[in-house]
Amino acid sequence: MTDSREGRAKAEISFAVNGEPKTVHAYPMERLLDVLRQQLQLTGTKEGCGEGECGSCAVLMDGILVNSCLVPVLQAAGSSVITIERLAAGGTLHVLQKAFLECGGAQCGICTPGMILAAVHLLNKTPEPTTEEIREGLSGNLCRCTGYSQIIDAVAEAARRGTST
Amino acid sequence: MSSDRIVGKSVPRKEGRDKVTGRSKYVDDMVLPDMLFGATVRSQIPRGRIRKITFAPGIAWDEFVIVSAKDIPGKNCIALIGDDQPCLANEFVNHPEEPILLLAHPDCHVLPKAVEAVSIEYEPLPAIFTIEQSERRSEIIWGEDNIFKTYLIDKGDLDGVWDKADHIVEGEYTTGAQEQLYIENNGMIAAFDAAEGITVWGSLQCPYYVHKALMTLCDLPAEKVRVVQMETGGAFGGKEEYPSMIAAHAALLAIKSGKPVKIIYDRMEDMAATTKRHPSRTRHRTAVSKDGKILGGEIDFTIDGGAYLTLSPVVLSRGAIHAGGPYYWPSVRIHAKAVATNAPPHGAFRGFGAPQSLFAVERHMDRIARALGLSPVEIRRRNFLQPGQDTTTEQVVREPIDLGKLLDRALEFSDYHAKKQRFANESRVGATRKGMGIAAFLHGAGFTGSGERYLSSVVGVEGCADGHVRVLVSSTEFGQGTKTVLSQIAAEALGLPYENVTMAQPDTLEVPNSGPTVASRTVMVVGKLVQSAALGIRQTLISSNLLREAYTADEFRAACQHYAAAHGEFRSWSRYEAPSDIFWDDQKYRGEAYAAFAWAVYIAEVTVDLTTYSVSVDDFVALQEVGKVLHPLLARGQIIGGIAQAIGFSLYEKVVWQNGRMQNSQMTNYIMPTSTDLPPTRVFFEELGNVYGAYGAKGIGELPMDGPAPAIVGAVEDVLGVPFDSIPLLPEDIVEALDKDALAASAQDSRVTSTGVVR
Ligand code: FES
Ligand code: FES
Repeated sequence: MTDSREGRAKAEISFAVNGEPKTVHAYPMERLLDVLRQQLQLTGTKEGCGEGECGSCAVLMDGILVNSCLVPVLQAAGSSVITIERLAAGGTLHVLQKAFLECGGAQCGICTPGMILAAVHLLNKTPEPTTEEIREGLSGNLCRCTGYSQIIDAVAEAARRGTST
Repeated sequence: MSSDRIVGKSVPRKEGRDKVTGRSKYVDDMVLPDMLFGATVRSQIPRGRIRKITFAPGIAWDEFVIVSAKDIPGKNCIALIGDDQPCLANEFVNHPEEPILLLAHPDCHVLPKAVEAVSIEYEPLPAIFTIEQSERRSEIIWGEDNIFKTYLIDKGDLDGVWDKADHIVEGEYTTGAQEQLYIENNGMIAAFDAAEGITVWGSLQCPYYVHKALMTLCDLPAEKVRVVQMETGGAFGGKEEYPSMIAAHAALLAIKSGKPVKIIYDRMEDMAATTKRHPSRTRHRTAVSKDGKILGGEIDFTIDGGAYLTLSPVVLSRGAIHAGGPYYWPSVRIHAKAVATNAPPHGAFRGFGAPQSLFAVERHMDRIARALGLSPVEIRRRNFLQPGQDTTTEQVVREPIDLGKLLDRALEFSDYHAKKQRFANESRVGATRKGMGIAAFLHGAGFTGSGERYLSSVVGVEGCADGHVRVLVSSTEFGQGTKTVLSQIAAEALGLPYENVTMAQPDTLEVPNSGPTVASRTVMVVGKLVQSAALGIRQTLISSNLLREAYTADEFRAACQHYAAAHGEFRSWSRYEAPSDIFWDDQKYRGEAYAAFAWAVYIAEVTVDLTTYSVSVDDFVALQEVGKVLHPLLARGQIIGGIAQAIGFSLYEKVVWQNGRMQNSQMTNYIMPTSTDLPPTRVFFEELGNVYGAYGAKGIGELPMDGPAPAIVGAVEDVLGVPFDSIPLLPEDIVEALDKDALAASAQDSRVTSTGVVR
């Protein structure tokens, strides 16, 4: 969308991704989304709109839920970024991932990584959310397939089982 | 074999683990060495002749691969039904966003600037944008009369009923365009090799549609075109035909450059350039007896097809056949027509014409009820189709469906009568008010009429060398659960655990043509073929004495390994054969339109804010008969997801057009429902079964798109006492309708209150 090459030369930018230190060479205005997907091959983070509206590109940056399509990579310098790939890193599914599977929270799956990260963020803040709080907490993430019901069921179920992140 | 061991159970989604871990590979996740990125230069005007194309200075044009219509090796069209849509406009453009030139470059970041630097000079021609303008024929933009297709359904003696009628009720209903808004934008990668031909990988619903389009475009034989479906992030009909266009573009760039080329649309391009639901206009004129029985009616159903034929004839057909709703019409004449306008072609979207014509008939039933002083419940009850009666195409209802009972149950689940009374008695002074609305409807599963016969789908099941079973179909997964349910069916047929069945990736090199993944046909039609192909494997093993009639999974595995070792590839094929008792006359549009119908009654409860006129859906009851439910969790997911899209269709999603171009092609200004906008939806299933479908299944996917709009608009009408005949119904549309009604009313008497609400 934006010509990220404009004006400046590539810079060396360091940050932690999923607990590992990374250094990338990127145009400072390049989107964190593209750096994650193209340079670090972390393609679990998806693009749906490129304008901060759908949440498919959501990642956690220093514990805050951000839309990585709106974050210039320079802004990520020195931060700690968590993507969907971190959640089942050891091979065991995260309680939210399990609940999404069991409750029908993923249909086409394209919104799922962002949705799950939004849910992680919600449960970190509010371990026992009401249905209304779940609806609110996920309202920045669009899903065209599910009508959200089974996603909300999944988050409620995960909260019931308790998360340990 | 024990029955119902696996079907009917909510087994884990086949590809679910990959989806929740982010490991699934969608087309944009795929990278090929040396790959270029492609972009499309599109028409800026709705209609005209291309005079000159210039490439502005300041761009290193020699770094780009540039493709125009002249580079097309075969026929310049996207082969589908009419072959009238060019792959790249040559001399004339007929809609905004029509593709004209293609560019490719190794750095995707330089493409948007380059696209902007191509300037095209046109000699503009007058354009038309509405159904009415197209009908007026002041400009002929397609064929001889702007008409893509017409159908006539003519049943009984309609001319004789008008004199006998106690009431004649007329109404006109319209529905707007709707964007599918799958969250994954369209995308394709193509690679070319002189020896192997062209290969494309992409986000798509129908591999063999793309296959056919590429053969025609590139003038290549079938074996030199390969189409592979990647994980697809939603489709809803929106990836039925347009992926052929993108595949064609990527292929042309790949052929010219000799390198793999990836084209990924951004959201704006996807929304502005690709297909949407057909806008529609339906007129009803109905003869009714004083006891509320329909005697006959004239229905005029017209859809706006946009600039090229594409799938409009088929959409029109389904809309026309559903135009009578689930009611008995002793006589009826349905005139259906698809017309051309200078907008990007409209296309497939869940429901495929039926949501449009069913909206009209359901709103019209409420209008008839009002005219006769009957309730919405009563008018429907008195006219429901009964077993033994026939539909508008004279298809006799053979299954024991009891729509009256379905209605009663829905009324009970929604507590309709009590609520209706309570809302009527509630204070009239508050800032919000509540109402209830009903819709009853049906949806035919599978292709219409002789469609399945022409498709002649083929399915394969393979006994693999390692003893597991693999299903080979071109039917695609895009969220509905194709992989899961077809695996369940194969497992059930073979008496094997679900885990012992896998699905081949849809790749035309490997899978047969099981038809397009559309029309709620996958479980019912393709599923039945999977069942019989699976039984073929079993039969072969038994007749070669490798297996007894009763066996364990381990015995099956051993037998399969044995057979495959001895004979090599072990596959069983099954081809569709039309049931002998299904008759359809394509000329008269008469007969068995569908092998099965799903039936439903939906009830909506809404709140209208009398200050802002925003509408919220507070409760939604969805009761349906869809045959045997093979996977309850997925079925529920389909229903709830469909209802959510239909709520968007009713209350939120408005395409703003200007000169044939979508003005709000962004998620920020084309508004779909979020998690805070949707009601708790209560889903109920009746299960009558179905002799034609796999294990008694019918189609499910499209049904939930049909009912919510008329039910919700009916509920708004219940609140405000003014008829609403158009969707989308946004607050500004409500205000406009109220103003119009107030104006009409004040001309008559002074029933108008200061709030503008008519009581
Ligand atoms: S892609 Fe970032 S919010 Fe949609
Ligand atoms: S599962 Fe498809 S968009 Fe959410």
